Amino acid sequence: MAVTGAMLVLFLIGHMIGNAKLFLGKESFNAYAEWLRTVGEPALPARTLLTLTEIVLAAAVILHMWAAVTLARRAAKARPVKYATKKKSQANGYVVHTMRYGGVIVVLFVVWHLLDLTFGVVNPEGFAATPYDRVVAGFQPSRWWVTAFYVAALVMVGLHLRHGLWSAFQTLGLVGGRNRRLLNAGAAVFSALLILGFLAVPIAVTIGAVK
Amino acid sequence: MNLTLKVWRQNGPADSGRMVTYQVTDVSPDMSFLEMLDVLNERLILEGDDPVAFDHDCREGICGMCGMVINGVAHGEQKATTTCQLHMRHFEDGATVTIEPWRAAPFPVVKDLVVDRGAFDRIIQAGGFISVPAGSAPDAHSVPVKKDDADAAFDAATCIGCGACVAACPNGSASLFTAAKITHLGLLPQGGPERDSRVVSMVEQMDAEGFGGCTNTGECTAVCPKGISLDVIAQMNRDYLKAAK
Ligand code: HEM
Ligand code: SF4
Ligand code: FES
Repeated sequence: MAVTGAMLVLFLIGHMIGNAKLFLGKESFNAYAEWLRTVGEPALPARTLLTLTEIVLAAAVILHMWAAVTLARRAAKARPVKYATKKKSQANGYVVHTMRYGGVIVVLFVVWHLLDLTFGVVNPEGFAATPYDRVVAGFQPSRWWVTAFYVAALVMVGLHLRHGLWSAFQTLGLVGGRNRRLLNAGAAVFSALLILGFLAVPIAVTIGAVK
Repeated sequence: MNLTLKVWRQNGPADSGRMVTYQVTDVSPDMSFLEMLDVLNERLILEGDDPVAFDHDCREGICGMCGMVINGVAHGEQKATTTCQLHMRHFEDGATVTIEPWRAAPFPVVKDLVVDRGAFDRIIQAGGFISVPAGSAPDAHSVPVKKDDADAAFDAATCIGCGACVAACPNGSASLFTAAKITHLGLLPQGGPERDSRVVSMVEQMDAEGFGGCTNTGECTAVCPKGISLDVIAQMNRDYLKAAK
């Protein structure tokens, strides 16, 4: 969980920063998307970086899900008889208990998201348009429900990271004592910043700040 | 004070078990939770009923026998307190209190609230010891130990093996217990030589017993009567990764 999760977090950081190029204007964002596809040419074939990223991401997502399913099945086997009383969390709140269904929601979001902005299937501009036009068309005020869905899903991603981030360090045995408490707080701040960064784009388009 | 108790009754391992409701009257707020159950049991015996079976020994918070889940929380909602040290003044007069045994496949119910924690013993047998030639005790200061290590080892050594961590964990994981033992022995010079083999065998035994995997929810440390910290789990993982290399 920790290693594959860390890969996904690294991707999210890059993705968030890449998305922010949208605020630099249409040319800048499209050029960036183009660069992702042509970087290294002619030494490397087209889409080398992008294809590699896609393979690593797909592997990471599948292994991450496989680990999660294995853990969930072991948990179910370890407690065949449930408690009669509804358990109140005694730890730091409910966020850690959203990881399993939260993860499923995020995957469903990613499926929609790829159909929307990568393949253009559910995007009004379709696959032929430039990435910039796809984003702007996708989050039009008339399509406020798409934006609302993105906001909800991104908050879910944020909650997932809020626990996942420090948990990965704990699993790899990289923290202890005061550092663990600092990291725990750091994970909350980092997740919030990352998600605000992501949210900026769809919200800016929907309120008309980016056209 | 008067209470309504909903208690898990199960005649034996093969019985399917059920919650049974009892009224207990004239409970003193100064009684411990176990003394309150004693009052109930005295009445049940007088009435010719089977008393509620529960584990206990020291009744002073050091043996780890008395675990039960009270209102959904292992050892009750009072922090850093074993059931035997939990006093009735923390409950309201007239309240309904549910009492259940630890729920985990590796801790089968023996009767009512008593579970078999033999799985913990087998984890200890797998490596929770140090191999030294016995003889007269060496001088206490013959092997120096760094103060920080001594403190951390001592903190981990306060684990009483009660099993509340497993009971509270949504995954039914025994990581906090196992890690406390690994940390306690591994940090001291006497436990050093077997540090690598210990962590591997104990973790293997823990998995073989059918405990779940840790997802760092922190529910264990929140109910642990000895406040064992999640740091021990990080330590166990660190030792395990190093030993597995
Ligand atoms: C509001 C937030 C987001 C926006 C505006 C956004 C935008 C985009 C765009 C425009 C693309 C296509 C890029 C191209 O074709 O060059 C893309 C691809 C992608 N996005 Fe997002 N994204 C957002 C959030 C997320 C989140 C939270 C995740 C994961 C949890 C994610 C996962 C992906 C993946 C896996 C791809 C495909 C990458 C590839 O094809 O190599 N995105 N995104
Ligand atoms: S770690 Fe705490 S809760 Fe777990 S067995 Fe030891 S004392 Fe009990
Ligand atoms: S009876 Fe010994 S710890 Fe409670």
